[in-house]
Amino acid sequence: MALRLSLAAALACAVAMPAMAATTQVAPKDVHWSFEGPFGMYDQGQLQRGYKVYREVCSSCHSMNMVAFRNLGDKGGPFWNPKYPNPNENPVVKAIAADYQIPDLDSDTGENIKRPGTSADYFPNPYANPIAGKAANGGALPPDMSLLAKAREGGPAYIYSIVTGDNANIPAGLNVPVGKYYDPYIAGDMSAYWTGDPKHVPRGGVIAMPPPLSPGKVQFDDGTKSSLQQEAWDVAAFLEWAADPKMEERKQVGLAAMIFLVLFSGLLWVSYRGVWRNVEH
Amino acid sequence: MSGPSKYEPKTGIERWLDSRLPIIRFGADLLDYPTPRNLNYWWTFGGILSFCLVAQIVTGIVLAMHYDPSGAGAFISVEQHIMRDVNYGWLIRGIHANGASMFFLAVYLHILRGIYYGSYKTPREVLWLLGCIIYVLMMATAFMGYVLPWGQMSFWGAKVITNLLGAIPVVGPGITTLLWGGFAVDDPTLNRFFSLHYLLPFVIAAVVALHVWALHVPGNNNPTGVAVKSKSDTLAFHPYYTVKDGFAVSLFLILFAVFVFFLPDAFLKTDNMIPANPLVTPPHIVPEWYLLPFYAILRAIPDKLMGVLALGGAIACLFALPWLDTSKVRSMRYRPKARIFFFVWIVAALILGWCGSQEPDGQLFPGVTTFNLIDYDLNSVTWISRFAAIYYFAYFLVITPLLSWREKTLPVPDSLYTPVLSHGAATPAGAVAAAEKKG
Repeated sequence: MALRLSLAAALACAVAMPAMAATTQVAPKDVHWSFEGPFGMYDQGQLQRGYKVYREVCSSCHSMNMVAFRNLGDKGGPFWNPKYPNPNENPVVKAIAADYQIPDLDSDTGENIKRPGTSADYFPNPYANPIAGKAANGGALPPDMSLLAKAREGGPAYIYSIVTGDNANIPAGLNVPVGKYYDPYIAGDMSAYWTGDPKHVPRGGVIAMPPPLSPGKVQFDDGTKSSLQQEAWDVAAFLEWAADPKMEERKQVGLAAMIFLVLFSGLLWVSYRGVWRNVEH
Repeated sequence: MSGPSKYEPKTGIERWLDSRLPIIRFGADLLDYPTPRNLNYWWTFGGILSFCLVAQIVTGIVLAMHYDPSGAGAFISVEQHIMRDVNYGWLIRGIHANGASMFFLAVYLHILRGIYYGSYKTPREVLWLLGCIIYVLMMATAFMGYVLPWGQMSFWGAKVITNLLGAIPVVGPGITTLLWGGFAVDDPTLNRFFSLHYLLPFVIAAVVALHVWALHVPGNNNPTGVAVKSKSDTLAFHPYYTVKDGFAVSLFLILFAVFVFFLPDAFLKTDNMIPANPLVTPPHIVPEWYLLPFYAILRAIPDKLMGVLALGGAIACLFALPWLDTSKVRSMRYRPKARIFFFVWIVAALILGWCGSQEPDGQLFPGVTTFNLIDYDLNSVTWISRFAAIYYFAYFLVITPLLSWREKTLPVPDSLYTPVLSHGAATPAGAVAAAEKKG
């Protein structure tokens, strides 16, 4: 018992100690998501709106190499339709794919050609190669978006905070370098650009991306008002789906597994008590 | 101690096999193995660890079928192919990646149980040493497994850890080049890590077999530390401990499943979702949680070679424990002073773990600057880890030997059975024995 208590106390101490690393950026905004918690699922309407924001805004600079058009019609995806269990037959998916021009080789001549996409194709990269991507963006390659929501502390809330950013409100005394944008949610060190009180350097860092969204930039098909917050919220949810497309399946299997394990443990406990019933120990 | 085998071949084919390869007898004797009747739940981690090893090997073999050990293909094969396209690939990878953390959680509790109840003392020194070897092999395997997805933390972790070996005089640089397969962490490194990551689990399985063999010669220790003296002190392993271990494994699986299904990325660093890039160093390179205390000890020492030696020494202390602790009393139940120092040691190890996860110059009291001593301000993570590391080593090298010599221990019961009866109901010994036969 003493051992158990002390272990619990020691663990509690370790957990209670706050993370004391110097914070260089502002914590992401507190955003509510439909996919929070053990039962949270994606909101399909939101994923469709988010896809539209990605298609019309993000995709001109950001690749999404790991996502294929067919994935849009997968179970849990933005255009999943129970009528088309095989997403390759989903007409929305086919139409989206056909809208893209995919680089390929002519099978007769071997020449570089472009052809309309099929559901099996992946989202094409906006750049021929990473060097071209850097050259087109002042030396900074826009990160691939397939795993972006998992590759940043704060996940979708971080993405939401960056794109709704307060990068328009630059504190007086901060000289942001040309071609860069100040953002309080990005890790960094602004002391080199700060002319004010050195004890109160603004938190945050610089980003090469200009503020990408603005109210009314994307017209939503379902009539949702396209405020800046709405666009950001939807595209962040879409990117969470892109990074974790199996989340709904995972949580559903998980629920069944938990129910089974709890029942199985109960059964084993009853067996244990039965076997040890008359044994002094 | 297991005594003569009680197995009697009943059919012709069993008799035929028994005189040629008595494998059924072997299994029957294992199930029949006399086990102290007073083992508590801290003794269920052996079963839990066996489960972990099998789960890691099975999921690992399936993952290897889909994995591409090349610099260009590794990240895509994990994050695109396995996680998105392979049927239930997310589940297999989720079990394998989180399984490593579960494995270490269980092994740490197993080791702490061994220390608390003096399970390393004579006649179980070889059993303990084999366990320490398994632990070292586990760390090597886990480290190489973490490199395989070839994300940023995989790559830079590999670089930092392999560079440590370069600090060893004379042979260090040669070993590093051999591990890298070149002059930097690159494709050949990934290839040999994949090969070794596949090999080492089977080495672990072999040492586990030796570990179990070495367990079955002296038999289990028990919470009193008092040796088994008569048959009435023991119960057959099956069904008594198969059902108890089974229940414990099932509870452990609930915790495991919480991580696999609902917090699959809890142990992963966000930086590892970015493909390896030798030109971009992540701002904060940290190993997995189970290696953090050793990482803190390494960083606490200003000299690289001395740091590597301290890291090795921290593990070597575990190997030496049977000879550092010469107290005749096994269980800390009867060693009140040793118990307190042991719990402080656990806290020191946890503090070291926390320090390992922080920046070395991070402050305990934000904004307070004291004075600089050996490269770091006194109010820094590095100095906290220095104090904790001093206690870590002092516990093994000073406190434990001194306690063995000076400590006043509490009276130890005559048999492991005495305390069993004293806190139970007033059941006569005969009635218990009868019940056991019915069992």
